Amino acid sequence: MFKYFEPNKIYSVTSKAPKYVLMLFIIILSIGLTEALILSPEDYKQSHSVRIMYVHVPAAWISLGIFSAITFLSVIGYIFKIRNFFLISKSLAPSGLVFNIIALVTGSIWGKPTWGTWWAWDARITSMLILVLFYIMYLVAWRIYEDNDKVFKATSIITIFGIINVPIIKYSVDWWNTLHQPASINILSKSSIHISMMYPLLIMTAAFALFSILIFLMKYNTELIKIKNKGLDRL
Amino acid sequence: MIYDILLMNGYGIYVWSAFAFTLLSFISLYVIIKIQYTKEKNKFIAKFGTLNSERAAFAKSQSINKEILSNISSI
Repeated sequence: MFKYFEPNKIYSVTSKAPKYVLMLFIIILSIGLTEALILSPEDYKQSHSVRIMYVHVPAAWISLGIFSAITFLSVIGYIFKIRNFFLISKSLAPSGLVFNIIALVTGSIWGKPTWGTWWAWDARITSMLILVLFYIMYLVAWRIYEDNDKVFKATSIITIFGIINVPIIKYSVDWWNTLHQPASINILSKSSIHISMMYPLLIMTAAFALFSILIFLMKYNTELIKIKNKGLDRL
Repeated sequence: MIYDILLMNGYGIYVWSAFAFTLLSFISLYVIIKIQYTKEKNKFIAKFGTLNSERAAFAKSQSINKEILSNISSI
């Protein structure tokens, strides 16, 4: 099965896909922005500041999702010695980091009108900040180590420690008394968010997911060409 | 109506700055990755140009190299 993940086979698809993903991203983002900024209703309590949710929440979801994917790929890649899984993980990390930063900054901007402060050392915010540090450590490890075995080992260890933080982020609002509100959307139980706000949120999430796919494809192609450049040196 | 959208009951500054920061981050990341991609691709093309005909033919026999050379501006 793993032969389908060989770079030679994947490149023919990944080299052509970005332009289509970019077009789709622009269309979905345009619809999402119209819904989020104009069409969706204001909140009875938070008024228009609730619109920040449409960038804050998808960014947080995707940064958590990407880190989980990186951990899974790194661990499986390390166990089964699949080099391409590390390449995929490495290509996912930049967008994960940027989404994490977006979640923190937009959360901070949202905090000012709702809590009266830009920053609070509360459990959810602090654990998200720790996740940024893990993303940075992960990316720095790729820059520090030249040897493949060392970098695979180091990045796997970083992601294993980092993944412990993911359930802490998720349940921090239930485990501790925090300023941050509990989750409004639940997959297993009834969501407390109204459908008129749910749609724009899902559209923006789709747009953000497409952007992370776009960046992943571009980065992955770059990494493959980098490997091929080294191959030409050896000829 | 435009003023209402811009001001948003006094929350406009927060909402617009959050969205602006997000879009700016997207554009910055896209440009950085695009520059890295173009740089590596140009390096590959330059290296390929320096190969003699025998080595170039061997390198071109690998499908991925052929794909890289054929997709000069794929993004």
